[in-house]
Amino acid sequence: MFTSISFLSILPETLILVLGIVVLIVEPFWKNENRRNVGWLTAGGLFATLIISLLIGRPGDPVPALGGMIRFDWLGFFFKMLFVFGAGITALFLMDHEKVGQRGEAYVLLLASTIGMCLMASSADLVMLYLAIETTSIPLYVLAGFMLSDEHSTEAGFKYLLFGAMTSAVMLYGFSLLFGFTGTTNLYVLAAALQSGHLAASVMLGVVFLLIVGLGFKVSIVPFHFWAPDVYQGAPTPISGFLSTASKAAGFAVIARLFLVVFPDFTLSWTTMLAVLSAVTMTVGNLLALPQKNLKRMLAYSSIAHAGYAMIGIVAISKLGITSVVFYMVAYIVTNMAAFGVVAAVGRVVGSDEYDAYRGLSRRSPWLGLIMLAAFLSLAGMPPFGGFVAKIFVFAAGIQANYTWLVVIGILNSIVGVYYYLNVMKYVYLYRMEKEDEEKHPIALTRPYVIALAVLALGVILVGTIFAPWFSWSSAAVVNLF
Amino acid sequence: MNFPVLSIIVFTPIVAALIILLIPAERKTEARGVALAAATFALLLSFWVYLSYDKTAAGYQFVEQYSWLPQLGISLHLGVDGISAPLVLLTGVVMFTGVLISWGDFGEHVSAGIQDRPREFFAFLFILATGVFGVFVSLDLFMLFFFYEIAVFPMYLLIVIWGWIQTREYAAMKLTLYLFIGSVVALVGALAMYWVAGQNTGIYTFDMLQLEKAGFSASFQNLWFLPVFFGFAVLGGIWPFHNWSPDGHVAAPTAVSMFHAGVLMKLGAFAALRVGIMLLPEGAKHWSWIIMLCAGVAVVYGAFIAFVQTDMKYMIGFSSVSHMGLVMLGISTLNHDGLLGAGVQMFSHGVMTALFFAVTGMIYDRSHTRQIPELGGMNKIMPFASIGFIIGGLVSMGMPGFSGFIAEFPIFMGVWKTQWLVAVIASISIILTAAYIMLAIRRVFFGKMPEKFEGHITPITILDKVAIFTLCSFMVVIGVFPSFMVPMVETGVQNALRLLGVQ
Repeated sequence: MFTSISFLSILPETLILVLGIVVLIVEPFWKNENRRNVGWLTAGGLFATLIISLLIGRPGDPVPALGGMIRFDWLGFFFKMLFVFGAGITALFLMDHEKVGQRGEAYVLLLASTIGMCLMASSADLVMLYLAIETTSIPLYVLAGFMLSDEHSTEAGFKYLLFGAMTSAVMLYGFSLLFGFTGTTNLYVLAAALQSGHLAASVMLGVVFLLIVGLGFKVSIVPFHFWAPDVYQGAPTPISGFLSTASKAAGFAVIARLFLVVFPDFTLSWTTMLAVLSAVTMTVGNLLALPQKNLKRMLAYSSIAHAGYAMIGIVAISKLGITSVVFYMVAYIVTNMAAFGVVAAVGRVVGSDEYDAYRGLSRRSPWLGLIMLAAFLSLAGMPPFGGFVAKIFVFAAGIQANYTWLVVIGILNSIVGVYYYLNVMKYVYLYRMEKEDEEKHPIALTRPYVIALAVLALGVILVGTIFAPWFSWSSAAVVNLF
Repeated sequence: MNFPVLSIIVFTPIVAALIILLIPAERKTEARGVALAAATFALLLSFWVYLSYDKTAAGYQFVEQYSWLPQLGISLHLGVDGISAPLVLLTGVVMFTGVLISWGDFGEHVSAGIQDRPREFFAFLFILATGVFGVFVSLDLFMLFFFYEIAVFPMYLLIVIWGWIQTREYAAMKLTLYLFIGSVVALVGALAMYWVAGQNTGIYTFDMLQLEKAGFSASFQNLWFLPVFFGFAVLGGIWPFHNWSPDGHVAAPTAVSMFHAGVLMKLGAFAALRVGIMLLPEGAKHWSWIIMLCAGVAVVYGAFIAFVQTDMKYMIGFSSVSHMGLVMLGISTLNHDGLLGAGVQMFSHGVMTALFFAVTGMIYDRSHTRQIPELGGMNKIMPFASIGFIIGGLVSMGMPGFSGFIAEFPIFMGVWKTQWLVAVIASISIILTAAYIMLAIRRVFFGKMPEKFEGHITPITILDKVAIFTLCSFMVVIGVFPSFMVPMVETGVQNALRLLGVQ
């Protein structure tokens, strides 16, 4: 039963699991002051996982594996690589985070959550999918509330848990209905059964809605977004970055697979619903980001808005549409990780995430200012950074699918986005510290930050300029889906 | 042509920007030196391109094409024609003189130019320059947008960090939002063109030379022409979307004003012509009266507003609106004379307004005021700048013997052929321009110098003189030898006319 395909199909998960066990074993042997080195081990292990998987774990034609529980294909594999990359960067950011980076458990939880995400992206069975989603979420609940002495952090953890538990219960109800209608839990068998089953469209729309509740929570689309600002603000910053990127991308991987495989026949009804949700999500996210004064909250609303943009690609339900979503996730992960990385680096020294803490940042640390500039311009959709190309692809897919009205809403929203992103850059580049002595207050960056931020900044520019390879990989991920 | 001269021109500034950023912040002179070297290099290359453009062969030359994203038909496709080659040269000139003007402490003159963080200043300015070069030479619609946006966002930082402290935050945000709105509106039109052209021809491509042949239906063109044209024309300062422009000019530091009025506004007019009119010619014919109306209003209204300004930069800013209105007016005629005049006017206005802003910057750096009534007698201390300003003024009035005449005369001829009434009304602006320019010259440069300035105003530096000389020489050469530029623009105009189907 355990063939080589089965083994290869869960190669990244296996390696991460091994890494987690290694971390657990060696962590107690390190002295307290050296314990942050667990971060090096975790990040190194994850990047080794990335390389090994890329070298020997690449999928060929899509095949079901492990008794049909998962599907070994490019979509899953590509997303897995993104998660592993994101987790590795997050481990680097965690290392010098006070109260978190010295605790081995944090890294183990991070790894456990990454395993869950990897399984989310490749699962082809409702049972597996639900297990994967919970494996992803539960460690994240703990991580969000990791700083026990911090009120905001505990609040974040608890809020995330309550919202997560509720929405996943609703989604589970949707799963059970699907099973009830068809008598199977395998997505691909289920799709065939649904097509021959002559179910009323209204019933299916209800099921779709139940699923959207759960998945919408993961990708934080309106109206399931309420948790995001509080959780992002309260959670340790690197974890907020992980939540807003990898966790969101995992949600999109599931949405792409679930909706295109299971409900292709009912496209009209659910795409209209998703289009409306996308428009509302963009608008609400951007408008609420405008008055923010706390950078982490602002990034939370901005990440809600970005979920809305990416949703345009799903709504288009074309090859280009899904490709553009995958590409969007690539650009968004590097960009938003860079943004949260800067927030973590500044927050560690200044001790605040308010806009005012960023006064004179470009004089205190010119390179940090430039990286922040690149990340924020990329979020705003300016070239030569990744966000620009990603947005154009999504919009192009929208126009191709005759959703011009949705694209126009997206474009109006990105104008709002330009305003609040540049507003932050004003603090960084224009405003000065109280005594105008920025040179005396440099922002010291430790080595993990330097490495991670350099990789991300390079990534933001590479995705935005040499975009052909990323696009090819994104479309390779999609090609087997249809 | 094997030597990839255009891509070298495009990427020289951005490479220089990266090098400049790597220089330690306190070594300001080195940063300036690299900037000047790169600007000189780009100027020489663009001059070489200009001189070796084969006017008899016409068409797109120095063409380079690199596959970028074949799945969607995006390629890095570069080339210049008779309209864009002068604009590339213009960008080189403004970039070179802009660096000279912003040099900062040179010899005894410690108050002028960019003192604070010149490293970042030149880096952002050069990123902007790459965007500008890129738009002028792009033959691919996607890349055109790519470079267009690169040309927009550094503007925000340049104005907000180094701009005039009183209005910079407001003006920078206003400018950025106007231009961004314009460009994304045009983007929707461009994406629509992409899909419809693909459906018509079966080839999905952003290549503009292919899109020219896509055979868009008349109803499609009529629907999308206005968003595309006006989306770009916002950057060209067309009325009623010109509002960002004077505010932006005033708030920007000298070199950025030069770039902004000298080159960026041409970017808008050029892209509106290249994408709006040349790709959607039927739509252009259908809607040309609207452009003519807006441009005509801009010409006269801009001149009137410039007339009542007391701030030199506001005066020049509104005169730019008026002069860019002439460019748009020339474009809106869709005939040979009008387009030819518009092409020359883009270059002529570029050097002229860059010169105006350069001299204004020199005066402001020394007197700390731009209020015309408060100034006087500058001729005694900076005769060279005064001569430069006067030459610029003569160009602005359209005096024969200077480039302005060569540019404006065909525009008015073209407009007369299309709609004589507009030509009559627009000619009011010539009188007004003469009036406000001569008043400004008299008040600022002649008369008695106010006592508070006596002994405080220092002469301009040799770098400033080189910049003024460079800019003036182009205006005079084109004025005296129109054959330096007109035949070249002619070839580009013929290409546009071919697409419009008129000869």
